[in-house]
Amino acid sequence: MPEIKATINGNVLMGSAGQTVLGLAQAHGIEIPNLCHDPRLRPAGACRLCLVEVAGQRGLVPACTFQVADGMVVQTETEEIRAIRKTVLELLFAEHRGICTTCDKNGDCRLQKYGYEYQIADTAFAAPEANGNGKNYTTGNEAIRYRPEKCIRCGRCIRICQEVQMDSALTFKDRAAWVEVSTAFEMPLNDSTCKLCGQCISTCPTGALYERAAGGKGQAKDLTRTRTTCIYCGVGCQIDLNVNGNNQIVRVTSPVGVVPNNGNLCVKGRFGMEFVQSDKRLTTPLIKRDGVFQEATWDEALAVIAARFNEIKSAYGADGIGGLSSAKCTNEENYIFQKFMRAAVGTNNVDHCARLCHASTVAGLAKAFGSGAMTNSIDEIKHAGCIFVIGSNTTEAHPVIGLAIKEAVVRNGAKLIVADPRGIDLVRFAAVHLAHQPGTDVALINAMMNVIVSEKLHNEPFIRERTEDFAALLEVVRDFTPEKAEAITTVPAEAIRQAARLYATAPSSSIIYSMGITQHTTGTDNVLALANLALLTGNVGKESAGVNPLRGQNNVQGACDMGALPNVYPGYQSVEDALLRVKFQQAWGVALPEQKGLTVVEMMHAVEHDEIKALYIMGENPALSDPNLNRTRKAIEKVDFMVVQDIFLTETAEYADVVLPSTCFAEKDGTFTNTERRVQRVRKAVVPPGEARHDWEILCDLAGRMGYPMAYGSAAQIMDEIAALTPIYGGISFDRLQTAGLQWPCPNRQHPGTKYLHTDRFTRGKGKFHAVAFQSPAETPGQEFPFVLSTGRQLYQFHTGTMTRKSRAIHQVSPTGYVEVHAEDAVRLGIADGQMVEVSTRRGRVTTPARVTTGIEKGWLFMPFHFCEGPANALTQDALDPVAKIPEYKVCAAQIRAVP
Amino acid sequence: MDVDVLDRILAARPKVTATDLSPLLQEIQVGYGYLPPGVLLEMSRRTGIPASQIYGVATFYEQFHLEPHGRHTVRCCRGTACHVKGGHGMIQAVSRELGIAEGETTADMRFTFETVACLGTCFLAPVVMVDKDYYGNMTPTRVRGILDRYK
Ligand code: SF4
Ligand code: SF4
Ligand code: SF4
Ligand code: FES
Ligand code: FES
Repeated sequence: MPEIKATINGNVLMGSAGQTVLGLAQAHGIEIPNLCHDPRLRPAGACRLCLVEVAGQRGLVPACTFQVADGMVVQTETEEIRAIRKTVLELLFAEHRGICTTCDKNGDCRLQKYGYEYQIADTAFAAPEANGNGKNYTTGNEAIRYRPEKCIRCGRCIRICQEVQMDSALTFKDRAAWVEVSTAFEMPLNDSTCKLCGQCISTCPTGALYERAAGGKGQAKDLTRTRTTCIYCGVGCQIDLNVNGNNQIVRVTSPVGVVPNNGNLCVKGRFGMEFVQSDKRLTTPLIKRDGVFQEATWDEALAVIAARFNEIKSAYGADGIGGLSSAKCTNEENYIFQKFMRAAVGTNNVDHCARLCHASTVAGLAKAFGSGAMTNSIDEIKHAGCIFVIGSNTTEAHPVIGLAIKEAVVRNGAKLIVADPRGIDLVRFAAVHLAHQPGTDVALINAMMNVIVSEKLHNEPFIRERTEDFAALLEVVRDFTPEKAEAITTVPAEAIRQAARLYATAPSSSIIYSMGITQHTTGTDNVLALANLALLTGNVGKESAGVNPLRGQNNVQGACDMGALPNVYPGYQSVEDALLRVKFQQAWGVALPEQKGLTVVEMMHAVEHDEIKALYIMGENPALSDPNLNRTRKAIEKVDFMVVQDIFLTETAEYADVVLPSTCFAEKDGTFTNTERRVQRVRKAVVPPGEARHDWEILCDLAGRMGYPMAYGSAAQIMDEIAALTPIYGGISFDRLQTAGLQWPCPNRQHPGTKYLHTDRFTRGKGKFHAVAFQSPAETPGQEFPFVLSTGRQLYQFHTGTMTRKSRAIHQVSPTGYVEVHAEDAVRLGIADGQMVEVSTRRGRVTTPARVTTGIEKGWLFMPFHFCEGPANALTQDALDPVAKIPEYKVCAAQIRAVP
Repeated sequence: MDVDVLDRILAARPKVTATDLSPLLQEIQVGYGYLPPGVLLEMSRRTGIPASQIYGVATFYEQFHLEPHGRHTVRCCRGTACHVKGGHGMIQAVSRELGIAEGETTADMRFTFETVACLGTCFLAPVVMVDKDYYGNMTPTRVRGILDRYK
């Protein structure tokens, strides 16, 4: 953008064309009062508080809409301007019936701030009305409270809901003095199109919109804010925990202008922190004696574990013990966990639930590119020419990335292709929707490549210079016409052609995918097919393009990076590589096992065969999250000795012999690595309950008792050891993460981090095409089980619900599980909306209410997996992808019937 | 809910966006006599215009009614001048004659009864207005006769 020079209050400032006067002033620390402005919104020029004088302009102009020009001379604080601002404020206060003394927002309110600055006389205030108790659209809502008496009608809440969240739940209703914010027809907020993101609260300049639960728990001026990273998905939003003098998290805010979320959050981050203070938290170690848990001291509990582990080790060998690390814990804790298993116990039997979500990504992208992570950054999505979303219900599972996609389409004109059997929310924004049958992804993608090749839309120079094995690809896609794919996928051939053309001809095309691609027996094939598509069109190694797997849990990327996997040390360094093993043996001062270990599902099967006798489970809940639950539950019931380290007594912990209470993210320091490879800080904001200890401290203590001392003074020290041993984290240390995170690879302390991968060469050298032929899913519907059942996430809940289900705000909108069924199927089977139904598969049966919809194809069922009272995973199968060993959660044959 | 009228109105327009809302709502009001919320929600579904925006426009203009509206509108004045001169008696008389409270519509859809902050003709106080006709210096006894003129 061309540089321009303008003068504000006598200071000559450099700016860029297109910038507003307000933007330029703020960039240089000059304050201009403003009330209706938020950098996330289009300028509205509604409040008239930001008026300034521009030489040569008749009258004053609003700084928030007026664009700077070269040579412009601006005054922001003349007598005249101040007088007008004062009048504007007096008018606002004449309608404002709040009082600061009883207002939660006191200390963080723009109106209050300007009222003070301009010394608005008491006589200008309207008669106060501390508790407006008329009804409005938030009456009875547990999440959000609107108080019209404090509303200055700036419209920011309405605009952010429309322009950023794009759910358009809000409007002004009525006219003149009766104007208020409302939903359509004043329906209760939860019945409207609202997604409870709380963006409206975040932008409100006064106390008119506030978290209901935060009311009365402390005024803004008395809250301490600690910047940390959200725990509810791989986006890694930056949040500020606002804590009062009683060690209570009162509300969650988020700073505008900070990556990756720019002040935006989703319902879980904004309203899902009640669990931290839950009275169900574990506060002391528990030892099971005669089938009942009894409270124990740390000394007792750790002594029992050390003794039993050592016994089992000498009787069955170290491989008789298996450990599950956690994608919810920090990098430092995952590092310590795998070090504990490998060095203190002496086995590579360490894995975590990434196996269940993205193992096929890691395997597939490593084969094609050499590195199994999101190639590009979240921010780049906004400027992609074409976005191809496949198998990702982004607005529900990764809501803030959903915002970036919507922004790309609505504001920047990107073309969106959505391939999903369900009519997910993103379809509203799509140029093409491909509703393919579940499990037919390879057919769809191969047909797209067929179109690209036959219409000569592929990128020949890129293929020649940067890839290998193109001939093998041609072999499989040459005959795979869209017509052939139509027969398999049910997607019209013409739509496949259209999608292929959009993807291949845009200046940059970004593929975004998630569990709809990975959780199949053909998961690795699906990922390879997507990599082929990107290679074919040269859409990798450049900005706003790439192959972008969205990681589910907050630190699933980090847990993989830290080597909480059976085949690699931190940084994907193979345990079977002798040189690397020597490096780790020297660093850790102990001999390390040479064989790779077992994966999650394999460990459970090994328990059945008496090969694994003890399990150490940190922060995972396989008794609800693993496929074919009944089999998993049998395994953890059978295992001789099981330790669970968690913050709650989960379904899994119930089966444990020893339970250890750990601290949650709000109580500790550390780092998470988000889905775009960004290592970000986690900071302690509150004091842990009872005797709960940090996961890494517990593990170090235990290792010492088992004869392998490990000692660290802080999480920062652990990161220094990680950096020394892990080339991709080589330049990372806590002091560099103060203000923003760093994206790996970051090989040394001078390195600024890497925005997108594979720029000039692929991690493995050349990008490699893989010929993948279409294969049917492991289980297809038949007579006895005529439906296809798919499982997945829902916006409001996280994982097995142990944390989100403790929030009142979330409970109100998402009280229980359900199964989605198409309206026509429902009519045929006599199932009414909300009626209890029984869903069954070859493995089990579950009773849950039906949700009748047309947002799903006929013949299909969908169930979220978060709910213990109707556990979807009692139905799913543990058929595995042969390469990545990921189970097929997305497709199984099922039957449904009404429960009389 | 009868959506035939909505179908017809939408069919006559190739593509509707939020900028067409006022004329569109006018047609719907003519078609249904008022703006039934169910019809507006259906319109939101069909056109993609958010229901919130439709509601905002429908409540912004005085001409739009979200409840069934009578063929005629009786307005009594609640203003100070009228009040001083016994305006309250008119409100009671209209209410008694029509058998409905203010804000309501008679079952035969003949009248909707509203009260207004000031009808702007204080020199005629107390004032009653029916559709576009003003009746000044009113007395309760004249009410029935006036209402009888509107069928
Ligand atoms: S919204 Fe702001 S000005 Fe109004 S009462 Fe609260 S703190 Fe005071
Ligand atoms: S919470 Fe989000 S979706 Fe709901 S009204 Fe506010 S901005 Fe809109
Ligand atoms: S609620 Fe807040 S953001 Fe919305 S119009 Fe009122 S003052 Fe503005
Ligand atoms: S901030 Fe510029 S008019 Fe409101
Ligand atoms: S007070 Fe009745 S018309 Fe003005």
